[in-house]
Amino acid sequence: MSQTISAHVSDQNHGHVDQEGLKTLGFWIFLVTDCLLFATFFAAYAVLRTHTEGGFSAKDFNVPNFIIETFILLTSSFTSGLAVLSMHKGNKKGLIRWLIITLLLGAAFVGLEVKEFADLAAEGATISRSAFLTSFFALVGTHGAHVTFGIFWMIGILFQLSKRGITPVTTRKVSLVSLYWHFLDAVWIFILTVVYLMGVM
Amino acid sequence: MSNQEHTASIKAYVTGFILSIVLTVIPLVLVLNHMMGKAALTVSILLAAVLQFVVQLFFFMHIRDGEGPRYNVMALILGIIFVVTIVAGAIWIMSFNSQVQ
Repeated sequence: MSQTISAHVSDQNHGHVDQEGLKTLGFWIFLVTDCLLFATFFAAYAVLRTHTEGGFSAKDFNVPNFIIETFILLTSSFTSGLAVLSMHKGNKKGLIRWLIITLLLGAAFVGLEVKEFADLAAEGATISRSAFLTSFFALVGTHGAHVTFGIFWMIGILFQLSKRGITPVTTRKVSLVSLYWHFLDAVWIFILTVVYLMGVM
Repeated sequence: MSNQEHTASIKAYVTGFILSIVLTVIPLVLVLNHMMGKAALTVSILLAAVLQFVVQLFFFMHIRDGEGPRYNVMALILGIIFVVTIVAGAIWIMSFNSQVQ
């Protein structure tokens, strides 16, 4: 009898541990489906990239701008990893500091992208100008929207961290936002390669 | 013991960061200096991107972590199959566009 109870209890404990693991797995599955969303935009871009209708073409991208954007996002991916490391050491201050640095780098990235979009629009290269520009703004804009969402998500987690500290729940949340951030950096690598580098080459 | 683990992870992050920078700089240099022919250049920079994706998966996203069946890896592999099918299929189908117009 006592054995069944203890088995039951340990089962419950096991179930609880699995809950967090299950949430992480669920997040991985979300990331995979998000890959599919980006795949459709990449496919549209790959097909439409030559349809410039005599307007702005992929050869005219601002080279220094996308190089800076790339290194900002790459560095922020690294600092979000450092945030997770601080968290595993139980260093709440370090965790918050690295998260804020990550968030600021993300904001700088979004700022540069907004500036790029505004400059394009000022040149007359708006989303409705050509099929190429439609697919470009859709792909890069969707990525930028993801980064923006990540920034607000991090702000939310920062509030929770300052209130509750490093708990199993906040640990999982920080791990997931960091995973999300690395994923966005990985997507950006393909945008850099397919959109910008293959554009200006 | 746990200290050792952390230095190992810092090492992993720094290694991943350096590899990512190298794999970003190589295609940049290749493209901006107009090295190689167009086909070879396209293949090289796509390869660098895929390699960097793998680096990020292993060094940053810790795909090897955790015990038991790796459902996340299975989901990822299925996702990659879908992604390749969607992108390559779309490009292939639309390559017939000029013939049917």
